[in-house]
Amino acid sequence: MKRIKFSDHVILLAGVFFMVAPVALAFLTSTHDAVTIYKSGMQFTFGDQFLQNYETVLTRAGGFTKEVDGLVMLKNSLILGLGFAIGKIIISMLAAYAIVYFRFPFASLCFWVIFCTLLLPLEVRILPSYEIVQGLGMVNTYSGLIVPLIASATGTFFFRQFFLSVPDELLEAARIDGAGPWKFFIDILVPLSKTMIAAIFIIMFVYGWNQYLWPTLITTEESLFTLVRGIKQIMQVWIGAQIPDFNEAMALAILAMLPPVVIVVIFQSWFIKGLVESDK
Amino acid sequence: MATITLDSVRKVYAGNVEAVKGVSIDIQDGEFIVLVGPSGCGKSTLLRMVAGLEDITTGEVKIGERVVNNVDPADRDIAMVFQNYALYPHMSVYNNLAYGLKNRGMAKGEIDRRVKEAARILEIGEYLDRKPRALSGGQRQRVAMGRAIVREPAAFLFDEPLSNLDAKLRVQMRVEIKRLQKSLGTTSVYVTHDQLEAMTLADRLVVLNKGNIEQIGAPIEVYDRPASTFVASFIGSPAMNLLPVSANGSGLQLEGGEGLSGPNTYGRDKYTVGIRPEHLRVVDAGSSHPDAGLSLDLVVNVLEPVGAESFVYASFAKGGPEMVIRVSNHARYQPGEKLQLIADAQDVHFFDGGNGKRI
Ligand SMILES: Nc1ncnc2c1ncn2[C@@H]1O[C@H](COP(=O)(O)OP(=O)(O)O)[C@@H](O)[C@H]1O
Ligand SMILES: [Mg+2]
Repeated sequence: MKRIKFSDHVILLAGVFFMVAPVALAFLTSTHDAVTIYKSGMQFTFGDQFLQNYETVLTRAGGFTKEVDGLVMLKNSLILGLGFAIGKIIISMLAAYAIVYFRFPFASLCFWVIFCTLLLPLEVRILPSYEIVQGLGMVNTYSGLIVPLIASATGTFFFRQFFLSVPDELLEAARIDGAGPWKFFIDILVPLSKTMIAAIFIIMFVYGWNQYLWPTLITTEESLFTLVRGIKQIMQVWIGAQIPDFNEAMALAILAMLPPVVIVVIFQSWFIKGLVESDK
Repeated sequence: MATITLDSVRKVYAGNVEAVKGVSIDIQDGEFIVLVGPSGCGKSTLLRMVAGLEDITTGEVKIGERVVNNVDPADRDIAMVFQNYALYPHMSVYNNLAYGLKNRGMAKGEIDRRVKEAARILEIGEYLDRKPRALSGGQRQRVAMGRAIVREPAAFLFDEPLSNLDAKLRVQMRVEIKRLQKSLGTTSVYVTHDQLEAMTLADRLVVLNKGNIEQIGAPIEVYDRPASTFVASFIGSPAMNLLPVSANGSGLQLEGGEGLSGPNTYGRDKYTVGIRPEHLRVVDAGSSHPDAGLSLDLVVNVLEPVGAESFVYASFAKGGPEMVIRVSNHARYQPGEKLQLIADAQDVHFFDGGNGKRI
């Protein structure tokens, strides 16, 4: 192996610095009061308002209606992130299962149609999607927030490729062992897909968590606001009237970052296990 | 335990590929049948039709007295062992064995008894908690066998179960499969392309060629009286020497070579003469053997010692196919040496020169 040189460390350290510095800066700034930040910008020291700021952000009801606080928004974000990720996994696994294991007319056409929607991000179909959700009376509901987003070409594609790599003999052995289509799916395919599921869960949770445009359209009631929206809200409400609460916005931003980080840390060990152990 | 009856079974795959062309076999209760043939001859297809994994295009498969053409694999009372083992990777060995029984709603106690019993027979008791990936190839093979045994089925179906093992383990498992099958007395159909495996395992061999049965019979019967040039060249190693000849006066004329002394009394223009390597004997040059079935003069190309015996590769002076002769491992023939060889009349096989069938 090549010896690690001093310059390698420098490059890595620079990388770490660029990745971590903005987060650290946001965190440090969030521990000061609004006036300090307004006067002298981002802070490089740990201030004395840490507990106070975070408590305010989490528990003080804000917005126009005074019925949404940080905890509610955190809950909404979690519901959106989890619902989005779990829904996507279930739907795309079932779709991929049908495409790979069942012979039905136009199966491959179906797949390619699904695949083509990969080329159309949410933003392209956002107005028709809104029309439908509104028509169904699902505006301002969690299902309206989640369901229209969960059909996933990406997930279907990944699961399809994975299922195709599962040896046919496994299905045949299961058939002889008396497992019907449903049992085969639950007892064999799902456990085999564990690492695939973990990977897609991470990606989709973070993606769902960070959704901004769709929740903005679908939820007008503040009790349904998500954290990502909330950050914006803090800035909007107070601007003009007095000093913007930069400290609270920063604290909320830090809070908004935490759950995805936790998810990644938890599932990462699975992820690596899946890569190291060959299972098939 | 059951008989298996195949009646004119045909399989046509999409795209008009006729993989199996009207095969009929009566398999006795407790019999060990080996389907053998070169790769692509339709062995697996035939086996999979018995298993129910492949639709039967026409014909009928009966297990016991029941026609199973439209019966689900799970309800055919068969168990199958696959070439790549097809163990469930995420389940422990115990659960691999138990899965099929659980799905049948068997009581926990009975499942446990059967799994333990199979584990004892196969000596995999200490691995019951392991995942398949933590097992060696031979151990996985045993687990796959165990999964078949616990079901206590009417028939075992094997599709090249030893192909993924190394040579030594293959011999060992071969012996074990035979022993196990005899002690359980379960009707078995075993697919292989390895003629040695086929010979050693089978009660009866079914030699397949391009979707047709070439011959059915006990291994020795098939070896001693191959029904066609295909069987003659496929069963036995090194393969039987086959000489294309035509009738020539009272003798035979080797195609592209010399005249041979031998009978041409079957009333045909063209024959194929077959002699196994072990049936050719070296005799003193120039000696006369009027009662020999065939007498050949050959020139040694190479001597190949394999340990217990040696093989001489030799050709005719005027051309024709290269011949193999089995000789004692003490023989020291030099390349270029001239040999006279004879074979007894009963060891010389005659096949039709056209369709290759035995005469
Ligand atoms: N699913 C299939 N679709 C079309 N042709 C097939 C299929 N499976 C096998 N075949 C063809 O049928 C023939 C016999 O195949 P197989 O039974 O697997 O042979 P073997 O097991 O003797 O090697 C081959 O020519 C193969 O190409
Ligand atoms: Mg095969």
